[in-house]
Amino acid sequence: MPTPKFWGLNARPSTWLRYTLAALPFLLAVLAYAVASDLRHADNPDDKLLPGLGQMIDAVKQVALVPDKRTGQVVLWHDTLASLTRLGEGVGLALVLALLSGLNIGLFPGLSALFSGFLVVVSMIPPLAILPILFISLGVDEAAKVALIFIGTYPVLTRDITLAVRAIPTEQIVKSATLGASATALVYRIVLPQILPRALESLRLVLGGAWLFLISAEAIAATEGLGYRIFLVRRYLAMDTIIPYVAWITLLGFLFDYLLRFCNRRLFRWYGDKA
Amino acid sequence: MSDPKKIHIEDVYKVYDGRAVLDNVDLCVSAGEFCALVGPSGCGKSTLLRLILGQEQPSRGSVLIEGQAAGFPDPRRGIVFQRYSLYPHLTVLDNVLLGRRLAQPWSWLPWSKPRPDDRDEAMDLLERVRLGDAAAKFPHELSGGMQQRVAIAQALIMKPPVLLMDEPFGALDPDTREDLQVFLLELWERERLTMFFVTHDLEEACFLGTRLLVLSQYYTDARGADAPRGGKIVADYRLSPTGTATAVKRRDEFKNFIHELRETGFDPAIRRHVKDFDLEHPDSFQTLTAEEYRRDGEKSAGNP
Repeated sequence: MPTPKFWGLNARPSTWLRYTLAALPFLLAVLAYAVASDLRHADNPDDKLLPGLGQMIDAVKQVALVPDKRTGQVVLWHDTLASLTRLGEGVGLALVLALLSGLNIGLFPGLSALFSGFLVVVSMIPPLAILPILFISLGVDEAAKVALIFIGTYPVLTRDITLAVRAIPTEQIVKSATLGASATALVYRIVLPQILPRALESLRLVLGGAWLFLISAEAIAATEGLGYRIFLVRRYLAMDTIIPYVAWITLLGFLFDYLLRFCNRRLFRWYGDKA
Repeated sequence: MSDPKKIHIEDVYKVYDGRAVLDNVDLCVSAGEFCALVGPSGCGKSTLLRLILGQEQPSRGSVLIEGQAAGFPDPRRGIVFQRYSLYPHLTVLDNVLLGRRLAQPWSWLPWSKPRPDDRDEAMDLLERVRLGDAAAKFPHELSGGMQQRVAIAQALIMKPPVLLMDEPFGALDPDTREDLQVFLLELWERERLTMFFVTHDLEEACFLGTRLLVLSQYYTDARGADAPRGGKIVADYRLSPTGTATAVKRRDEFKNFIHELRETGFDPAIRRHVKDFDLEHPDSFQTLTAEEYRRDGEKSAGNP
């Protein structure tokens, strides 16, 4: 009985077929866009809604290579740096604090009783709903944007890390006490290294949300940033800038995800092999 | 006491949700003894181990380790569990070294390095459990039997006054299991350890132990036939050392002894009175309460 290549539960696609299949949806999407763009341009050569590849390359050259006449800065890099700084600050702060609180809430029953319920309720607050509060209380500068990213990611990260800590077998914790571990040593020597890879995995998952909060905050009040630019040029229907920007954000997101996965595999060999 | 016993348990009760698991248990263990604890499922043998370990506290009564209250888990006793004894993020060597590194101040800092003496000692221990070659491996790269040997070495580096083992070979296949039994006996003879070994396997207990304890909830006393009873030590034998030859397991007297044990301790239909327990070991003692002590036939004053 030959093994099917594609159809059915027992299919075993060969290596080249797997790569081809993976590339296919991308090609189809680009093709569909090209056809639609061509059709619209046949009707109206000045169409702005579905710009052709040439138009987009021109627009990208304008923002990525030519310094802005007024400020002397290259717009794309300036925006990217501003956005990534906000993202890094918000997510970095969330990760560090989530590790500290998740470890302690997960291990110490007293702290768990104190904070667990509060954390569950706080994580239910839609972060975007309190964006106005942040702008009112922190002003429209960096602090409010970083705070929004932090508030959007910290509770989820903390809850996930707490769960990971609780999943560590009691046997390990009892054994560490018989080996003379103090509470501090248990937290930072035995539990922290074990949940770090899991924390990086949760970070990968919350990064998507972090981008959402970043772009929302930038859309509402900012003077630079990837989200700011997209919403600025929207007024001129500049799809030839918006689409490359979206592609760039997607690429950045993909790169971070890949980087985190790579770190996990490299730094925590025991974790990857075990799974 | 001038020479406190390694373990001293007196009048210990453990009650969960109104149900007694351990019922007035008394036990005393001398240094160098290899205690094997067996019993039918639900008799509370793991609970008794957790009381000695300090993972749980008795509802009543006292548990002493070398004359001091057992308290919470600490280096006065080592433990080897059936599973999860090793830390998956540490290499085999680091797992064994952990106890020594934790003894250093600021040990939780990631860059705290082991002292060379400790390293040598850990390597030496690994050689003794025949795992010198596996020092750089991670626990998941080892077989179940090798993992348990590392767990034993990990506990031994602390030189604990008492080494507790909770069904350490329960998850292993029969061949590996027998290997490790022989290995453990050799280790015990060499190091003169005080062992407290919990198992559900009678054969294993009789082969390993110098003292056999049977914990069971199947007995009678003067509290009425239907009174809920927790586990008690119903038999306490001194065993002659079997040596490390596993052939002894095939001998008839060994088999007969196990058969007899199975009836007295494990069969719910055969119940002995608390006054008739086989407590022949010299360390054995029993403190019965008045309502336990009366014979069934005698007039009982009723349960208070």
